[in-house]
Amino acid sequence: MTEMVYGTVPVQSGEPVLSRWWRTLDKWTLSCILILFGIGILLGLAASPPLAERNGLGAFHYVQRQAVFGGAALAAMLLTSMMTPQLVRRLAVLGFLVSFVALCGLPFFGTDFGKGATRWYSLGFASLQPSEFLKPGFMVVAAWLMAASFQIGGPPGKGLSFGLMAVICILLAMQPDFGQAALVLFGWGVMYFVAGAPMYLLTGLAGAVVAAGTLAYNSSEHFARRIDGFLNPEIDPRTQLGFATNAIREGGFFGVGVGEGQVKWSLPDAHTDFIIAVAAEEYGLVLVLFIIALYAGIVLRSLLRLMRERDPFIRLAGTGLAAGFGVQAMINLGVAVRLLPAKGMTLPFVSYGGSSLIAGGIAVGMLLAFTRTRPQGEIDDIFRGQKR
Amino acid sequence: MTRTPLRPLAAILDARRKGADPDAIERANTRQRHEAIRTELRGVGEGRLLVLGVMFFCAFSVIGARMGVLANSEPTENRAVRTQVEILAQRADIVDRRGRVLATNIETHSLYAQPQEMIEPERAAQELVKTFPDLETKRLLEDFTGKRKFLWVKKKISPEQKQLVHDIGEPGLLFGPREARLYPNGRLASHVLGGTSFGREGVHAAEVIGTAGVEKQFDDYLRDPANGESPLELSIDMTVQAAAERVLHGGMKLMSAKGASSILMDVHSGEILSVVSLPDFDPNNRPLPPTEGSPDDSPLFNRAIQGVYELGSTFKAFTVAQALDLKLVNPATMIDTRGPLRWGKHRIRDFHDYGNELPVETVLTKSSNIGTARIAQMIGAERQKDFLGQLGLLERMPVEMPEAHGGMPLTPKNWSEISTMTISYGHGLSTTSMHLAAAYAAIANGGRKITPTLLRRNGPAYGERVMSGEVAATMRGMLRKVVTEGTASFGDVSGYSVGGKTGTADKPKPTGGYYDEKVIATFASIFPTDKPRYVLVVTLDEPEVYSFGEKRRSAGWTAVPVAAEFINRVAPLLGLRPDVEPGRPTGITLTSN
Repeated sequence: MTEMVYGTVPVQSGEPVLSRWWRTLDKWTLSCILILFGIGILLGLAASPPLAERNGLGAFHYVQRQAVFGGAALAAMLLTSMMTPQLVRRLAVLGFLVSFVALCGLPFFGTDFGKGATRWYSLGFASLQPSEFLKPGFMVVAAWLMAASFQIGGPPGKGLSFGLMAVICILLAMQPDFGQAALVLFGWGVMYFVAGAPMYLLTGLAGAVVAAGTLAYNSSEHFARRIDGFLNPEIDPRTQLGFATNAIREGGFFGVGVGEGQVKWSLPDAHTDFIIAVAAEEYGLVLVLFIIALYAGIVLRSLLRLMRERDPFIRLAGTGLAAGFGVQAMINLGVAVRLLPAKGMTLPFVSYGGSSLIAGGIAVGMLLAFTRTRPQGEIDDIFRGQKR
Repeated sequence: MTRTPLRPLAAILDARRKGADPDAIERANTRQRHEAIRTELRGVGEGRLLVLGVMFFCAFSVIGARMGVLANSEPTENRAVRTQVEILAQRADIVDRRGRVLATNIETHSLYAQPQEMIEPERAAQELVKTFPDLETKRLLEDFTGKRKFLWVKKKISPEQKQLVHDIGEPGLLFGPREARLYPNGRLASHVLGGTSFGREGVHAAEVIGTAGVEKQFDDYLRDPANGESPLELSIDMTVQAAAERVLHGGMKLMSAKGASSILMDVHSGEILSVVSLPDFDPNNRPLPPTEGSPDDSPLFNRAIQGVYELGSTFKAFTVAQALDLKLVNPATMIDTRGPLRWGKHRIRDFHDYGNELPVETVLTKSSNIGTARIAQMIGAERQKDFLGQLGLLERMPVEMPEAHGGMPLTPKNWSEISTMTISYGHGLSTTSMHLAAAYAAIANGGRKITPTLLRRNGPAYGERVMSGEVAATMRGMLRKVVTEGTASFGDVSGYSVGGKTGTADKPKPTGGYYDEKVIATFASIFPTDKPRYVLVVTLDEPEVYSFGEKRRSAGWTAVPVAAEFINRVAPLLGLRPDVEPGRPTGITLTSN
């Protein structure tokens, strides 16, 4: 009656958006990411001038670009983190479809920039690597499919997601981009593991990975050469790896000092794949350990928060994204210290690279959206705990 | 149509019976079951996420630890010049036949600069020039202030120089240890030893590689670390070599020659006890190859092994030996020596007119070109070629020196009869002194070919027989007579019976034809003739001596006295006992013409 007279009372469903966002957000992860981004700019100041000089550009050309892309990436991250999981899922599925089509189109429209692998679209002002965007999209889609399979009368999501993963891996391996393929495979595996994969399957999968690796080693020249370079203990000091190793040694605990590093002059990929070597040489082990701690912090904290999550989709998607992010960082760092064979993998948020930055921002935005505090039916747990 | 079972069946049937909405009950039930599944899954997920978290933590820890280990390890200095393979130091020594050191290693330092470390490049450049006057301040300063991150200043510096540079106090000037090759005897046997230079260089070591001589020939052996303790033993006798160099140097000056060479070889084993080529050089500071002028005149040129010359009348011994061996003549056979001998447009003359005919023996002792040419006609081209080939005069000497490859004999393209005749007295065929020494060694050792070597051998090393022992003995007698009665009368060394053959050959002009006043004077000798042990070949390039009122260039006046002095000095060093003749009855005087 009152409504009929006075119209509907404006209803606010709980608190305002921003305050809820801020209250429920994982602020530790956010701070870690912001610090990483800042370190990226700092290292870019050191690592990219030689490249800019070689390309005849202003000394800090690449730093400026990094700042612009970084700003866009941070905006995308914050925007994504404000979305509800449902909205994230919808958009991610759409994004996945678009980037999947783009991936399929690579052999026809892509360029290789003379690096022997067709991974990019050249847009003139920037290059775009579809696989960077495909990764987070795939994690969400796969998580959705797996979660759906748990519903009564739901689709066989695990099988479907496995098929999707296989197709993507084949497409990536064709480029060839075994690093990204491994990342996708690993992300799916982690999700499947968390979704309750049976133990015999896990061991079988591990065997399959070994077999596939052996096959790739035997059939692909590109791949085999890198593995051989890694297994060969006599490292040629004039390879990128040799320079990187030496830079870490030069740096010692506290580094040779800001701007004093030499490795950036000799490494063509100092601003991307081997940025950690620049960090180690100029700032020493201190900064390197700090960077490692930041990545570990982001991954572990996200996983910790996801442990409390009741929604299988959110848990799985979050796990996939966190694992993908962490593994990418781990591969990059592992290559520099020669724990892993050489693989072109950027250090998320620190390495220079437009599409990788923005894709990383979106992925971390999703992760932040999934790890926001939500009511998880704790009261049930309390009751159940009492029952026990 | 698939049928979905109704759950919970009892409640739904009850609701249907009561007319309530069974779907609501079913939905509520589904939700409950979903909740149950979620709870169960969450339990599983919680555990697995924990496992995952621990795995990630371990992985990151491993990377961090590895970083720590790497950062704590010692960096390899200067990446720019580091080479892939470790440079092997410690080159093996070279010693003479009695184990005395000819080449060894010494620890020195190299001086390099890292301009980015420099505080005062101007002062550093100025101070460096004070210590090393051969450097230029301007260029140094350019290098020190330019973009270069690393540059060598000096490859080898002495401890004193190192201290002086150290005193400059410039942190950008750095030292690296350098193992350098040292030839403690300076110029001694310089052509044999050759020299070394630095190959690949790193900051902490440099590779020493042989550039010439035995250093190059045996580079692999000397560089092999397994041979570090076993030096390379040469056949050279250091004492003999030193005496030889002195005598030859003096002889070269006295005879106003522009170059000289000598070879002293053991006739039984082929070991070269001394080989000298003058002018020589200091292998510690090997000069650069000449960019102008004839390479033959460079001190680097090894006249004894590389120099291919027409060696003149010394070849007559081979002609006579072959004729004897083929039994075409005996020492007393009379040979027509009427001159000049015309053959087509060529004329063969003798130095003096020796009359109508001479016995074979005198043809050799008096060195008659006409007589030798007549003997060669009897032999013929084919047999002469075979014989000279057997003696090894037509191919490269397999001496262990890279320079020996340059000593390829020059033979006539068409070995015609006139070639046979001129070759019989040593014209038209050019060989090295080493070829001559090897061929004379065959006469001296009883007719067996030997191969010269620079490495120490134990005992004789005879090759195939090239002439009978009797012929060789006859030849030795004749060669002795050349000294006692013939052209080499200055070569008679008291106490050591020397035999030999002189050779004075006009030098060919590069444009064709021969110089009138430039000769190569050679004396090929064996001693002692009664039981030959050594062969000595002395060659003087363009000698000229003024004596008894005229300029003399013939070997008898130039090469022979030098060889005599050589034997006089060296024979006692070789341990030969002088043959002291018993006192002769007085009143009888031996004469020679």
